[in-house]
Amino acid sequence: MMDATHMRTAPGAADKKATKMFVEGATKYYQTRTGSVHALDNVSLEVRDGEFLCILGPSGCGKSTLLWSMGGLHDLSGGEIRLGHEKISKPHPEIAMIFQDANLLPWRNLAANIALPFELKRKKVDQERVDTLLRRVNLKGFETKFPRELSGGMQQRASIVRSLSVNPSLLLMDEPFGALDAFTRDEMNLLIQEIWMETGKTIVFVTHSISEAIFLADRVVVMSARPGRIASIFDIDIPRPRPVDIQTRPDFIERVLHIKASIDHGRSPNEGLAIT
Amino acid sequence: MDKALGNKIPEFNKKKSEGGGVGLSGTSLGLGDHRTKFETLIIILVAVVIIGGAEFLLKWFGVPQYVLPTPSQIVTALFTEWKFIWPHLLTTLYELLVGFAIGASIGFVLAAVITQFPFVEKIVTPYILLLVTTPMLALVPLLILKLGFGSEPRIIAVALASGPMVMINSATGFRRVDLAKIALARSFGASTFQIFTKIRIPMAMPMIIVGLMVGSIFGLLTTVGAEMVGGAEGLGNRLTYYSALIRMPQFFAVILILAIIGISIYVLFFWIGKKWASWEA
Repeated sequence: MMDATHMRTAPGAADKKATKMFVEGATKYYQTRTGSVHALDNVSLEVRDGEFLCILGPSGCGKSTLLWSMGGLHDLSGGEIRLGHEKISKPHPEIAMIFQDANLLPWRNLAANIALPFELKRKKVDQERVDTLLRRVNLKGFETKFPRELSGGMQQRASIVRSLSVNPSLLLMDEPFGALDAFTRDEMNLLIQEIWMETGKTIVFVTHSISEAIFLADRVVVMSARPGRIASIFDIDIPRPRPVDIQTRPDFIERVLHIKASIDHGRSPNEGLAIT
Repeated sequence: MDKALGNKIPEFNKKKSEGGGVGLSGTSLGLGDHRTKFETLIIILVAVVIIGGAEFLLKWFGVPQYVLPTPSQIVTALFTEWKFIWPHLLTTLYELLVGFAIGASIGFVLAAVITQFPFVEKIVTPYILLLVTTPMLALVPLLILKLGFGSEPRIIAVALASGPMVMINSATGFRRVDLAKIALARSFGASTFQIFTKIRIPMAMPMIIVGLMVGSIFGLLTTVGAEMVGGAEGLGNRLTYYSALIRMPQFFAVILILAIIGISIYVLFFWIGKKWASWEA
């Protein structure tokens, strides 16, 4: 597929743990006041060790539900999710999540925000690791700043540091850059690609942007909505590191159109009629 | 699984505080951050003009002391009468602090517990509203009948007046549920208790502080009012005492002390708010 694994260097090398996640027949109903919502329907998926997997789909297709279930934040109505041989039914120390809008705690400064996972685990902050990470994402020196004093990109970088600080082997990212402007988003996409290549983490990344998915992923899983199902899976064999301007190349655009067409075909005829 | 997180669909964009509650949050009474020297000068000047003007006008029109004493007479009375007033000041502060501490603790705990159970909240809220809207002073004569003229009936009245204020505002704070923040803590393995101390309380803090401020001001009102109803101690009692004797400078000196207590409470909570809730500015 691609050989990023060979390019990976410290500090990631020492972090390496074998991670394989299996989603088997994941089915999920939400009980709401107006009735039952069928969010996931028999989703089966294997997340390979060290891969960058993007889950792509329209809003309401259950991609966040799938991710939250992988993170052990949601129970499934049916099926199961395993990390290696362990069944995921609650948050797992090897799994860290990164949320939309950075999700920093506004009453804590940056250092205290990054200390949160350690606090919750009643451990001493691994300051050396945190400092290395802060330097890596250019946030050294901003430790005493509060989230409201930081730009959206900086906030999301801080949240990445927070997640990596506890050295998980699997990162689950829930539309992390959705709220950022296009330029910051490109920047963040480059950064996350670099971090992934350096650390060898397995990343599952939820997005509704086709080009973001293609830019980042080894594999793009396209989901269809209501109920959420896997519509198709695309291998993205573009060599790494991928530069930002790759997105303007014809072959990249061709991939975008290809995936877009597959999503449009997945629509039910009724929806198509409703447009006209 | 987390109870609050439950099985809610992960859509939680900016669901801000809901529900009522008596709030000072939007108050513009703030003690400004950056005052220029010029502004300070003007503020002092206005104060001087008002106090000096009052002094001058009262003297100019020959208003008798028993109608309205001049500022200088009030300040003089404060100093000459201080040795008789301060034990009453201590009594008032004691009743206020003890009553408020009891009321605020109960109010806070009740708010924290009740907001976790929406159904219980629905049952309890009307009674809390009743306590908030009914002047607890009305109960003082009854409390005095039962408990005598000591501090106890006043302390109970203060607790009853301040507690519900703290409770209703804190409840508004605790009702703010940010699923994303809870999910975040949960994803790092937080326990329900940790979510409470690390997420829910800090998130509710701005409203808790507002509740404490409003509650303590209500407590002060109730303390003084209760002291006026009966007994022989406290600043409220001094008010009735001095006015009965038509010793107006001393009467106003007591009012001045009460004003200073009130302002101090406000300033105290303003700074607490600045320290612990400024993130929500």
